[in-house]
Parts: sequence; structure tokens; C-alpha cells
Amino acid sequence: MAISDIAEFAHLTPEEIDELGKEFDQIRRDIEGSRGEKDAAYIRRIIGLQRKLMVAGRATLFASAFPPAWVAGTAMLATGKILENMEIGHNVMHGQWDWMNDPEIHSGTWEWDTTCPAEQWKHSHNYMHHTYTNVIGKDNDVGYGILRVTSDQKWHPANIGQPIYNTLLALLFEWGVALHDLDIEAIRKREKDPVEMKRQLKGIWRKVRKQVAKDYVIFPALSGPQFVSTLTANATANIIRNLWSYMIIFCGHFPDGAEKFTEEELENETQAEWYIRQLFGSANFNGGRFLHILSGSLGYQIEHHLFPDLPSNRYPEISERVKVLCEKYNLPYTTGPLYRQYGQVFRTLMRLSLPTKRAFPEPQPPVRQSKRARPEELRNYNGPIAPQSAVA
Amino acid sequence: MSSSTVERIRSVAARITTPLLPDDYLKMINPLWTARELRGKVIEVVPETDDAATLVIKPGWGFRADYAPGQYVGIGVDIDGRWHWRSYSISSTPDSNRDTLTITVKAMPEGFLSEHLVRGLEPGTIVRLALPQGEFVLPDPPPAKILFWTGGSGITPVMSMLRTMDRRGTMPDVVHVHSAPTQDQAIFRDERLALAERHEGLQTIENFDDEHGILDVEKLTKVCPDWRERETWVCGPAPMLEAAEKHWSKSKLGKSLHIERFSADLSASAEGGHVTFSKSEKEVDLDGATTLLEAGEEAGIQMPFGCRMGICHTCILPLKKGVVKDLRNGAEYQENQNIQTCVTAAAGDCVIEI
Repeated sequence: MAISDIAEFAHLTPEEIDELGKEFDQIRRDIEGSRGEKDAAYIRRIIGLQRKLMVAGRATLFASAFPPAWVAGTAMLATGKILENMEIGHNVMHGQWDWMNDPEIHSGTWEWDTTCPAEQWKHSHNYMHHTYTNVIGKDNDVGYGILRVTSDQKWHPANIGQPIYNTLLALLFEWGVALHDLDIEAIRKREKDPVEMKRQLKGIWRKVRKQVAKDYVIFPALSGPQFVSTLTANATANIIRNLWSYMIIFCGHFPDGAEKFTEEELENETQAEWYIRQLFGSANFNGGRFLHILSGSLGYQIEHHLFPDLPSNRYPEISERVKVLCEKYNLPYTTGPLYRQYGQVFRTLMRLSLPTKRAFPEPQPPVRQSKRARPEELRNYNGPIAPQSAVA
Repeated sequence: MSSSTVERIRSVAARITTPLLPDDYLKMINPLWTARELRGKVIEVVPETDDAATLVIKPGWGFRADYAPGQYVGIGVDIDGRWHWRSYSISSTPDSNRDTLTITVKAMPEGFLSEHLVRGLEPGTIVRLALPQGEFVLPDPPPAKILFWTGGSGITPVMSMLRTMDRRGTMPDVVHVHSAPTQDQAIFRDERLALAERHEGLQTIENFDDEHGILDVEKLTKVCPDWRERETWVCGPAPMLEAAEKHWSKSKLGKSLHIERFSADLSASAEGGHVTFSKSEKEVDLDGATTLLEAGEEAGIQMPFGCRMGICHTCILPLKKGVVKDLRNGAEYQENQNIQTCVTAAAGDCVIEI
């Protein structure tokens, strides 16, 4: 069941919640106060690297008929697009680098290399998803209007096709993102304002036209007789980016232990409770620095949700402090290796295509044997574990 | 190449660089090869006095050298990862043949940016530029009789005017009264005296406050008795400008007076102020506790908004003038910065673009 009273679920007294909120505020203040040259250099370096990858990838594909060039060019292009969408675009649009006061690296001006217009993304993602995170009925990222990702969503016979929808969404993820702010659910329920819908479709069309022309017409044409091989290389790079970003993003809120909430939770929710909802609703994954950068730092989904506008290169140090707080207050900190996190997501998606009551164990409130949990328990804590029999 | 040809090439090239511009890639080769944000390269820092220096800047693509003498230019400097902007009068003359412009900066006590510009800027540094603007300009041809009254670093726009008239050979009957604290602190002294020597019509009167006492309006009208007949340009500290304004308007000569105020008074610690939403043409008086977002909505403006807790950055708008304060931590934001309207309030009069 979705959580409707986070304070009760967390087993914390109002004073403790208040205190925890202040500790999170302190982390924010510390990071805000120490942003500087090193952080600016980080994002400029990543942007420089990404642009070099794009230039090198595109240049290599002028020899796309030669298979090794096709492979190398596609790989560079895919990596460049992944970096641009994940570590650069997504984070810049969150305002993580607005403090630099640089209009070229600013949430107000950034446009990213996908078919989704930045303006619509900022509405559906920064505002709707990050404010109403995991609240069923408010956050459209809970299943994106087409998937049943929690048993709190009523089963519908159409959910039988979920394995297919999931595969299609993964392959065409960029297009799903482009249509996301239209709010498929609202269109289905005929609640969508037609004027607004027309405006949004126009914006999408303008962006799509440019993206499609670049990748599927102009660059292939520029490579002359190699038109087809450049086209397939560009399409492959886009699909690799789609699959990768789909997987990373699905690991943010759908693995076991990432809780969902009811709209009741939002009533009179304090800032401190909002923090706890972000913590409970998000899941991290482990990995080295390279994996984290390629994932747009979303392996630190918890930290990202607590502080969506703090610079992504600081998430590793923030996570150390968040873990300490979780130990202190005996709260879960959901993480695991990427393959396992995605494995759980996949299992949930498959099970929920059937009218299953629950795909994974009922969320258990953090147990309070003593006031403080033992650190080694928390380090191994990966969400509540229940016998498999409770699943079916 | 004509500028329309350049624009055409640029827009064709942008089809393959979309969503970026060709500039975003070209600047990787040379930082001045971009017109997306105007840039300039500091070629030289020439000390003028103990606490003033002239920056010689080579502007990059997109900067037009057709500014009017007396105008100012916005300059942005990266300090510890953050761009800080100020405006400074241009001291060079507009000339399509030269590829540099100069600004002359005096290090102000507590003015950490001016201090940085005078003492901390290495040649080769890339700065950001905003196009020249300002109404404090010399017409071409200049009027027949001119009075320039300058104080301290207020000399800079007037220096551009003097140099321009010198170069164009249009120096009319000019009286230039300049005040500085001491002779050593008088900027451009040698050049000004040399100009006066060269041009019969140019009379330079110097006042060193430590030696001669403050030069006030009364003293000014004594050293330049025919001030009423002269078109007048005044640039200097705020009290001097106020005195001039009062005196000229009292004499019903306000039309022949031109005044240049230095950048907004940043000491605006008074909470609240008069807020103008420029595009919507709405104005409100605000206390220091009302956020700009609330105020805009109250005034019926379609303000962009999101989380209303300072996190999602959906509500960002450009602050065109004045200072606002972040209600969360008291941080101040100044003109040309983008501000989160949901957590900021007016700290003095300000203009927000929406």
C-alpha cells in the first residue's frame, strides 16, 4: 500500500522529523556556500568532452561505410548524446549550475539533444515529478501514464501488454519523453485543454523537425554515397542512448524499497517531511565514478531528489552525509548494484502486467529495536525483505 | 562579408549543430569566435594611477565598434566559477579601424570587482561583454560651447569624448573642470594637459581637493562664469551630480545638462521597494517579505512558477535593474542576473523582465 502518513511510517517523533529537516537544510547550506571554481571547471570539462565526442563521432561517420569507422563513430555519438542528456542537460535544466550566472550553462536557456523541448521537460520533470515525487495521481512519472509500476494502480486488461509497452518505451524512450508533458492520462480522460495541447504539440513538432533533420537527413546526405550507413549509425546511437537512459531512469523510483504515496500525504506536508518522502521514494545504485557520470549522477537518485538543484559533482560527498543521517535516524537508504536494481524493476513490470496484488513485499516501516540502528545493518539495507510467498 | 551573409551561413550551419549553435563549437578553437555571448580578451592592463587602470580589450565576434563616445559597456568577469557583471564607461574612441576598446577602472574600497579588475586581471583573460549603451553621449558634430565637469573616475566617458573630438578635429570651445583628491590620483593627467596644449579651444581646469578644497557648484560657476551658455556634461560622485542637477534646474537650464550616474547604489539595504515588471508594464510597491512571484501574481501577471520552494527553478526571470534578496539566506542578486522569484524579495527599487 502507498504511504499516506510519512511521519507515522518513519516512526519518528515530530521533534525528530524537525531536527532531521534541519540537518538536510544544513547539507544544502554547506554545499551552496562552497560552490566555486572547482565545480565550474567540472561542468565545463564535461561539456568540452561531450562536444569533442560529438565532433569526433560525426567526423568519423563520414567514413561510415567502413565498418570499424561505423562502430567507432556510433560509439562516440552515443556516448556524447548520453553525456549531453544525462550529466549535462538534465542537471543544467535543474538549475544546478545557475549559480555560475553563465547564460550559456543555465536552466533558463539550455536546450538538449533530444526530441523533447526543454520548456516542457522542466514542467513535467522539475516541477511535477520533483515536487510531487511518487504521489499516485499527482506524479505522472509513476508509470508515465502507460505502465503499471505499483499495485496501488488498478489493474486494467490493457496491462497484459506491459512487456511489449516496456520494450517499446525502452527503444523509443526519447519519444516517450517528448510526449510526456502532454499528460497521456489527462488526454485519455478527456481532461486536457485543447488549446494548451495544440501549443505543446507545436513546440514538440518544432523540436522534432530539427532533431530528425540533423540525424536522419542532413548528416547522412553530407556523407554522400554513405547515406544509409550514416543513417543507421545515427539511429543506432539514438537507440543506445534511449536504452541507457530508460534503464537508468527506471532504476530511480521503481526498484524494491522505493515507496509510493497517496495524495493525503501531501496535506500539510512540511519541508522536513518532503525530504523524507524524497528519501523513501528514491533508489540509488552503486558504481564507480565513470558509471555515475554516464548515468547523469542518477546513481545518486536519493541525493538528487533531496537536493535537485545542487551541482551533480557534489552528490558523492552529499551521499556520505545522507547515509550518516539515515543511520542516525534509523531510516532506509535503498541502493544496490545496477543489475540488481534493474532486475527488480523488470520483475515488477512483468508481474504487474497481471492482476497481481503486489509485485514486491509490502513496505515495512523501519524497525526500531533500539533508538539507533547498527551501522552494519544499514550498510546492507536494501529495502524491506519479505518471504517470496508474500509476493504472489 | 556582409553581416546578412554571415547570418545566413550561421543559420545553415546551425542545422547540423542544433540544439547548439556553430559558435558553441567554434569557441573551442578560439574563445572569441562566438557571438552567442559577447566575449573579449584582455590584451593589456595599463596602470593609470595607484588605484586605477585601463583595460585594453579585444572584443570577439558580434561586438560592434560603432558606440557613441560617452557610452558604457557591461563587462562580466569569472571569479571563482561565477560571472560577476558591472558597467564601465568606455574611455577609447569609437573607430572602425581599431580592434580594441578600453575601459578605465578605479579600485573602489569594498568594491571587490573593481579591485579585481585593477589588480587581479591577467592579460589573456577572457571576459564577457554587453553591447555599449547609454544616453550620456556627445553628439556629432559637437555643440559650439561645452562644459565638462568631472570628478575622480567620472573622467572616463568624457575622456572618450575629448579623444573623439581630438581625432575628428572637431574640438569646439570647451571648458573641462576636473576634480581629483590629489594630483597623483588624477587620471589621464598628462594626456589631458597635452590635449589642452594642442587645442586652443580646450581649457582644462584642475582641482585637487586635498590642496584646494572641494570644488562645489559655487566654485564651478566662478571658474566657468559663462556656464549658462554651455551644453554641460557632468560625471562624478553622487553628491556632485545632485548638486549640478539642482543648480541647473533652478536656473531653468535643465535641458542643457547631461548627467551620468554610476552603477546603481548597491548599499540598498532598505527592505522592499518599487518593483517594475517591464514587459507587462505593471508596477507595485512591495515590502521586504513579499516574494516577487507573489507580487507578480497579485498584479495579474502570468508568472512562471513551479515548486515555490526554491528548488525547481521554473520561476527564473532576469533581473534588469536593482537588487533583490534571497529570503532564504540573505544573498543578494544584482542586475543582469537570473533570479528565482519564488524565494526573492525586493531590496530597493528594481526592474524584472516579464
